[in-house]
Amino acid sequence: MASMLMNSLRCCPPVNPAWAVQYATRSLSTSVQLHAQVQTKSKKTLAKPGVKNIVLVEGVRTPFLLSGTTYADLMPHDLARAALQGLLHKTSLPKDAVDYIIYGTVIQEVKTSNVAREASLGAGFSDKIPSHTVTMACISSNVAMTTGVGLITAGQCDTIVAGGVEFMSDVPIRHSRKMRKTMLALNRAKTLGQRLSLIGSIRMAHLTPELPAVAEFSTAETMGHSADRLAAAFGVTRLEQDEFALRSHTLAKQAQDAGLLSDVISFKVPGRDTVAKDNGIRPSSMEQLAKLKPAFIKPHGTVTAANSSFLTDGASAVLIMSEEKALAMGYKPKAYLRDFVFVSQDPKDQLLLGPAYGTPKVLARAGLTMDDIDVFEFHEAFAGQIMANLKALDSDWFAQTYMGRKVKVGAPAMEKFNLWGGSLSLGHPFGATGCRLVTTVAHRLLKEGGQYGLVAACAAGGQDSGRTEMMQEKTVYAYTHRVE
Amino acid sequence: MSLSSTLNGSYLTPRLRINKVLPYFTSHTETHVSPKIDSSRTHVNYEVKEDVAVIRMNDPTSKVNTLSVQMQNEMIEVFNEVLANDAVQSAVLISSKPGCFIAGADINMIQACNTSEEVTKLSQEGQKMFARIENSPKPIVAAINGPCLGGGLEFAIACQYRVATKSKKTVLGTPEVMLGLLPGAGGTQRLPKMVGIPGAFDMMLTGRNIRADKAKKMGLVHQLVDPLGPGLKSPEERTIEYLEEVAIQCAKGIVNKKISLTKEKGMMQKVQDYVMGIEFVRQQIYKTVTAKVMKMSKGLYPAPLKIIESVKAGLEQGPDSGYLAEAQNFGKLAMTSESNALIGLYHGQVACKKNRFGVPERPVKNLAILGAGLMGAGIAQVTVDKGIHTVLKDTTVEGLSRGQQQVYKGLNDKTKKKTITSFERDFTLASLTGQLDYSGFEKADMVIEAVFEDLNIKHRVIKEVEAVIPPHCIFATNTSALPIKDIAAASIRPEKVIGMHYFSPVDKMQLLEIITTDKTSKDTTASAVAVGLKQGKVIIVVGDGPGFYTTRCLAPMLAEAVRLLQEGVDPKKLDALTTGFGFPVGAATLADEVGIDVAAHVAEDLGKAFGSRFGGGNVEVLKTMVEKGFKGRKSGKGCYVYTPGLKSKDVNPDIEDVLGKYKLTPNPLVSSDSDVQYRLVSRFVNEAVMCLQEGILNGPVEGDIGAVFGLGFPPCLGGPFRFVDTFGANKLVEKMKRYEEVYGNHFTPCQLLLDHAKDSSKRFHK
Repeated sequence: MASMLMNSLRCCPPVNPAWAVQYATRSLSTSVQLHAQVQTKSKKTLAKPGVKNIVLVEGVRTPFLLSGTTYADLMPHDLARAALQGLLHKTSLPKDAVDYIIYGTVIQEVKTSNVAREASLGAGFSDKIPSHTVTMACISSNVAMTTGVGLITAGQCDTIVAGGVEFMSDVPIRHSRKMRKTMLALNRAKTLGQRLSLIGSIRMAHLTPELPAVAEFSTAETMGHSADRLAAAFGVTRLEQDEFALRSHTLAKQAQDAGLLSDVISFKVPGRDTVAKDNGIRPSSMEQLAKLKPAFIKPHGTVTAANSSFLTDGASAVLIMSEEKALAMGYKPKAYLRDFVFVSQDPKDQLLLGPAYGTPKVLARAGLTMDDIDVFEFHEAFAGQIMANLKALDSDWFAQTYMGRKVKVGAPAMEKFNLWGGSLSLGHPFGATGCRLVTTVAHRLLKEGGQYGLVAACAAGGQDSGRTEMMQEKTVYAYTHRVE
Repeated sequence: MSLSSTLNGSYLTPRLRINKVLPYFTSHTETHVSPKIDSSRTHVNYEVKEDVAVIRMNDPTSKVNTLSVQMQNEMIEVFNEVLANDAVQSAVLISSKPGCFIAGADINMIQACNTSEEVTKLSQEGQKMFARIENSPKPIVAAINGPCLGGGLEFAIACQYRVATKSKKTVLGTPEVMLGLLPGAGGTQRLPKMVGIPGAFDMMLTGRNIRADKAKKMGLVHQLVDPLGPGLKSPEERTIEYLEEVAIQCAKGIVNKKISLTKEKGMMQKVQDYVMGIEFVRQQIYKTVTAKVMKMSKGLYPAPLKIIESVKAGLEQGPDSGYLAEAQNFGKLAMTSESNALIGLYHGQVACKKNRFGVPERPVKNLAILGAGLMGAGIAQVTVDKGIHTVLKDTTVEGLSRGQQQVYKGLNDKTKKKTITSFERDFTLASLTGQLDYSGFEKADMVIEAVFEDLNIKHRVIKEVEAVIPPHCIFATNTSALPIKDIAAASIRPEKVIGMHYFSPVDKMQLLEIITTDKTSKDTTASAVAVGLKQGKVIIVVGDGPGFYTTRCLAPMLAEAVRLLQEGVDPKKLDALTTGFGFPVGAATLADEVGIDVAAHVAEDLGKAFGSRFGGGNVEVLKTMVEKGFKGRKSGKGCYVYTPGLKSKDVNPDIEDVLGKYKLTPNPLVSSDSDVQYRLVSRFVNEAVMCLQEGILNGPVEGDIGAVFGLGFPPCLGGPFRFVDTFGANKLVEKMKRYEEVYGNHFTPCQLLLDHAKDSSKRFHK
């Protein structure tokens, strides 16, 4: 509340009439909630003295499509461009009003390795706006956002566009190392004789292409395999996983039908139709799910194609500002971005257990408990991984043995958890998922009238034909949001 | 002093237990069938989960499960109950001990037998028991986590189905051959059918451990289960539970015919089966394998031949003859001196893997090694992957980078063999710091110096190091002959000085000889032993003196070898005679491996210390060779000429001149092939016994282990002390007296040996 008062005072001298009107509407629209907060004493503000309030103004994403479908002929920056243009359109942001643009991505297209720059130029942003690309496996766009938060906190910037993009319809497939070595030597060869002898040294085996790694670099284990072991370690049954997958698809379908997925922008794909909806949502039946064979650990594994997230193309973008600037520009922010924490664990046995480690930490930083949180959005890499994380959060033994805590924080209530679907059903474009999670929390808080939201995701890297795979280390990123 | 040994480097593996047979199988039928845990049983119990009986083994008296009498009796009882229980359709056999299925059987059971007939009977009872398992109307699934060796493997392959965890600890194998025995409970009969004739021979003749993934490829196990990480229980506990769950699914799958026990054969398999069906091909295989065994064992080891014989009997004359041959051969082998010697070595090795000096006050976490030569880098290589931060210091960039490359190569070779991943290699190397100065030595808990063997240099080094290390830091010196007390003379804290004599190549040779002086403190010794054990070494702790134990035993033998060369024995002939006696490396090759310069150095030093007793060959022979640049393998020329890339080697033609200059006339009375062998061996053995007499050695066990694992003394003889026991001290003394007449005090038997010769009841080993 203090921050609100301060803001009102600070913002009182009207600079811009249009802003004044917007600000007024904003106050009106949130006043009911504000009164409610006053009554519930536990629900305090998370503002910290001396720290700038940072807000999420808007978040958008392209529809998430199964890779190899309508987006198949694009390039990654095309998708990112679409998301950026969507954001510009939705916010009416002047193209030169941004201080910095940051994008997250995992599998990099070599031609556009700084995809943030190519996309922002292509989206028509001013060429005076610097931009860079970050990568941290499945939480790359979370890193893009927190980097922006850091720049604002440090006083470097006021307005940041952060986003993420992943394009699995095309991945860099390389020549073999031996072939590359020969080709590079060929570049340096001076005489015809040298060239001919190099060409003569090429063997059939050199022509075997090199696919992006299907396995974790440090452990040589694929992510699906790790997820199956994790599920087994926590005793998650096949039935539980299939039920959770079905829940995700069912809830996503409901949200889509109810028009709740308002962050999705429609995108006219050049040479193709306009795409306006995610196309991976496929509510099925338990019987059908039960028919599938395990995809990674055969024959007794429990992770199947249906209870894993699928390879997805998509991009997302968010507009993050200091509250002061947002209000000055007449925006009605959707949420405060209050806190975050990144954690890492053993990449072999705890690869996908980040949320279990990160959630208690971020709660502790904010001084909140599980019960205080109104909205949970966890990244669903695998149904088995989600269930394992929930079980870990709900285990005193795990809290004591592995997290150095006296007691568990408890598992999130399912009636607050991923209510509009998740990565299993909506899709998981590695680099883009983080912004989707944060935007969804903001939208759900507004829709459901909650105050605090929490995002958690696990990460690793790589890809495999047909399903999501893993990345370099297990890192969790958790975030609390609050609207006041 | 270094020597490379192919045979003894891998001759005995830790933790192996011999297969043992189950005792007679009582067919008493229990009327009272209870699925509840019977508390009167302590080793084996079972519970019924739905229609699957889960049979759990756990020997409460030991860290590992063995097929002890009690285990077997209870197993039979449980097996009968399971068969009689109508609610049970199938069974799962599992160990509730984390990290061990069945490590084998108790060797003592066989050693308790006095005749081969008794052992044969044991074998037959085991065969009968496993035959019942094999023919069980209710399918039994063996769920394997941890070692499944010897009798444990024979038990598992009698079951209808096998599931194993893909853990590094899960290994399958038939190590009986390493104890001079054979798989005596049906192993020689079932394995060829299961993994093919060549695969079965490979397993049984090498005795090597097979990891789970390889076992799956070979057809030894049907299904693999991944080890699990942390969950709601400890990883070990949950992994066993998971293994049990999967095994239960398999058992049910077999009963309801979802899993077929007759696996479909691939094209390759069909072709192989067809080829193996031709008698001529099988005969060729027996011939080839026998020839290979004879070449490698020189016919000194009876077990491999008996294994081939038993397999052949089963395949050519049918199962009845096969099982009979197996049981009879098992009985015969158990009574051989070779088996006795190898079992003795096994016990000795177990004893030398313990720290009898207790737990050191502070564990060594930071180790610094001085000198990045072959030795220094080798020590670094076996240390850095044990969670000890290792500093490798040299004086020149060239020397250091050579050493670092050696460590890298050692680890990278493991990566190529896929025993570690490239990530594990890099992670391990992160614990290695290469440097040219003493920075960071203030954190060192132990310094091992491996600099040049020169007392002055060692003194300089010890002073430099003591100026920078903390007070608790131990100074260990890796020397092969310089007395530790002489080195410690330069130290301001001699209680922290100790000798650690490694053998080259350090990553292959299992032995570490630790040398203590009168002043070395007990905690210093405990710490050195603890580090050595971490490095995976078999350790003997000996007293100080010129050449300690190992070098001192080797020196007279090498002196004798030089004399033989001077007497005109061709190096190849000398090698053939020594390997024919059971040494893995011939005496001439050994000299080249050790380095002629090192040999000359040691011969001169020890000659000075021990006087004319260490004479024999003329040291000048070695010195002249060194002058001419014939320093052994490292210089490309020694007794032999070494061409890089070539395995075969020719005698160095130039040593003719050298030897000609120092030519001696052989005495025909003591120059027969056998005499040549005993001249070499008796000097070795006499010196070993003298080390025990003088208290350099703690006991005959360490003497045998040191000689076999450090110097390649024939494993089939079990070491110098067991050799004296088996051969007879009186016979040995008799031979030595004959040689003494010709050569004088080189062959004078020591007092302790004479005592044993006089009183045949005196034995080194009980």
